[in-house]
Amino acid sequence: MSGIPRALAFLGPQRFEPTLARAVAALGIEGDLATVTAGWQEREREVEELHEHLGGRAVNLELHRRGEAVFAADAEFAGAYRRRQELFRQMQDIYALRLDAAMSPCLALAERPGHERLLEEERAAALEGVRALDEAHAGRMAEVHAEFDARWRPAERDALRHERAEIARLIGDSTALAIAGGHVAVLANRLKLFDLLALTGDRPVLAWSGGAMACAERVVLFHDHPPHGTGHAQLLDAGLGLAGGLVFLPHARRRLDLGDTIKTSLLARRFTALAAVVLEDGASLTWRLGEGWSADAGCLKLGEDGALTPLTVQGVAA
Amino acid sequence: MSALYAEPGPGAPRLAIRRLLDPGPPGSAEIDAFLAQHAFPLIEGMSVTFVWRGEADAVRLRHFIYGLPASQAFARVEGTDLWHLTLELPDRSRVEYKLEIERAGHGEWIEDPRNPFRAHDPFGANSVVHARGYEVPAWTRPDPETRPGTIEDHVIKSRALGRNARVGVYLPARFRPGRRYPLLVVHDGGDYLAYSGLKTVLDNLIHRVEVADLIVALTYPENRLVEYADHEPHARFLTQEVLPWLSERWPLTDAPAARCLMGASFGAVASLSTAWRYPETYGRLLLQSGSFAFSDIGPNPRGPAFAPIVRFMNEFRDRPARVAERVFVSCGQYESLIYENRSLVPLLQSTGMEVRFVEARDGHNWENWRDRLRAGLSWLFPGPIGMIYE
Repeated sequence: MSGIPRALAFLGPQRFEPTLARAVAALGIEGDLATVTAGWQEREREVEELHEHLGGRAVNLELHRRGEAVFAADAEFAGAYRRRQELFRQMQDIYALRLDAAMSPCLALAERPGHERLLEEERAAALEGVRALDEAHAGRMAEVHAEFDARWRPAERDALRHERAEIARLIGDSTALAIAGGHVAVLANRLKLFDLLALTGDRPVLAWSGGAMACAERVVLFHDHPPHGTGHAQLLDAGLGLAGGLVFLPHARRRLDLGDTIKTSLLARRFTALAAVVLEDGASLTWRLGEGWSADAGCLKLGEDGALTPLTVQGVAA
Repeated sequence: MSALYAEPGPGAPRLAIRRLLDPGPPGSAEIDAFLAQHAFPLIEGMSVTFVWRGEADAVRLRHFIYGLPASQAFARVEGTDLWHLTLELPDRSRVEYKLEIERAGHGEWIEDPRNPFRAHDPFGANSVVHARGYEVPAWTRPDPETRPGTIEDHVIKSRALGRNARVGVYLPARFRPGRRYPLLVVHDGGDYLAYSGLKTVLDNLIHRVEVADLIVALTYPENRLVEYADHEPHARFLTQEVLPWLSERWPLTDAPAARCLMGASFGAVASLSTAWRYPETYGRLLLQSGSFAFSDIGPNPRGPAFAPIVRFMNEFRDRPARVAERVFVSCGQYESLIYENRSLVPLLQSTGMEVRFVEARDGHNWENWRDRLRAGLSWLFPGPIGMIYE
C-alpha cells in the first residue's frame, strides 16, 4: 500500500463538542472507519460512545493491546524496546533540566527594561539557545529511533508482522482512519511501532486532540501550571508528519496562560518553522487533495506577538 | 509575623475607617453608608479592618493565630454602636476567627455577621479572613468538567481495635478492575471529606491528571486521641487488617511506593508511627500539621493525651529511622506546632528519605490541610499531566 492520504481532518477535543461525525460526512467518507484509541491505554476497547457517534462504523484496531501482544510474544524485542523507552525517559529528563536553564533568561529578558538594542540582541540569543536545545533533542531522538530500527528491524519480526497483517486487513476493509487522543506518547509510539501510515495508503485520516498532536510534524507537550516544576513546553518527539509545518495545541485554554503574551509569544517563536495551532473544542482543520486546507473558527494561530488570531490556511502545507 | 496595630506611615493612603472617623464621630447615616460601601473584613493592602455594630460592653476578635494574644479588643466609636479593629496580616494569610461580644460580664462567641466566608470543623464553624493574595484554590471547588469518583462505605470487624471499624473506599472515575492502582490511606477520613472537601479535591486532581488514579481508604477513628497517639493496635489494624482486606477486593499495586499513609494533627502522628512500626510497608507519607510533640528535658506541657506521642517522638528523635521513601510534610506558620514540624524535617532527611516541606500562612485547621493537598498528593503520586490530551 502506498500514497498519501487524500484527505485530512484535525479536530479539537471531542468530549464536550463531538464533531467527528460531521467531519466524516464533510469529507464524503462512507463505510467503516478504522479507529485508533491506543492513547486511552487500558480503556482502549471502551469505544461504545465513539462507535455510536460514528453510526456503528468504528472498527477498533486495538493498537495498544496488539503492542502488548507483540511484547509478550517477542521477549528479546520487548526488552530492547523497554530499554529504548527508558533511554527516551532519561533524555527527556535531561532535556527538561537544560530547558529550565535555557528558558529562564528568555523570560527574564522579556520584561527587563534597559538599552533596547542590546536587549533585543540578548533576547534573540537566549531564544536561539532554546531553539538549539530543541533541535539537539529532536536530532538525538531521531538518531535513537534510526539506530533502534536498524538494529531490531521491527517490521521483520514475526510477532509484529502477525499483528500488522491483521491491522492491514482491518484497514483494508475500512475507508478511513480515525485517531483519538489520550496519552500522546503511548499513542505516538504505537502508531510508529506498527508503521500505521504505511498501511493507511490514501485513505482519509481524521485525528483529534492528542491524535492530532501525534500527526503533526512535532509533538510538543505543554502545560503552564503543573503542580511541580516550571511548566515550559517540551518537545517530545517527531510526529507522523501528516501536517507539515504545524504543531497542535488542543485544550490550550485549559492548559496555557493565553493572556500572558510573554509566554505565548515565546512558545510561538521557539518553533519558528512551525505554526502553533490552537484547536478549540469542536475545531476543524481539513485538507483535501486538489483543494488544499480549510479551517473553521475554532482553529486559531498563536502569533509571534503571543496573540491568538484565526488560522489562515496560506502557508500550511500537507 | 509583622507588627500588629500598624497604621499606615506618612504618605500612605488613609484607611477607609480613618476616613470615616478622622473628621469626627460619624452619624448613624454615615455609618450605614460606610458599612454598605465596603465588604468586611475590609482588606486594604496588608491592613484588615473588622467591624461590628451593636450594643455591647466589649467586643473582641478571638482568633487562632499562635504567637499573638488570642483576644484582640475592638474600639468603640464614641457615641455610636460601631466597633472596629484594624490588624496587619501578611500577604496570603488565611485566618479563622470569631467575634466575642461581651454583655453584663458574659462573653458570647459568634461568627462575624458581615463576613460571608466560613470554615467548618467538627466543633462548628469559624469566620475566615482572606488576606491580600490568598485565593481559595480553584481545584478545591466542584468543576462541572470533572468526572467524579465514587465512595463505597464498608465495615471491617477489627480484632486489633476490638470493634467494628468503618472504612470508606474511594474509587477514581473510570475505575477499571483490570489495572492496578496505588493506595492512599486517610486518617480522619470523614473529617477530610466534610471539612477539606477531599472527594472534590481527589476528583479534580485526578481529572486534571495532576495526581495518578488512586484508590483511597478513608478510616474513621472511635477515639482519635487514643487510637492515633502511637497506638499499636491502630497500626496493626491498618497494616494487618485493612491492607489485606483491601487487596482482596480491589486491584492494588503491591509495592511500598504505591502505599501512602496520610493524616493531619494526631492523624499525622498515627501515619508516622504506623510506618515506623511496619517498615518497608508504606513508601509514601503525607503528614499535615503533625502533633509531633517531644521533650528535650522534663515533661511536655501539652497534657496527658500527648504523653504517648511524646514517648514515641522522643524515641524516634533518638533513633530516627527510614520509614518511607518520600515524605510530604506541611504545617501552618500560625500553628503552635510549627516548631515541632520544622524540627522534624532535618531529622527525616537525615535518614535518607526524600522529604518535601511546605509552610503556609494558616492555622491548625481543615482548610489549611485542604489547600496543601495538591502539592502533597501530586508529589507523592504524580499524574502524567503533560502527556494526556483527550
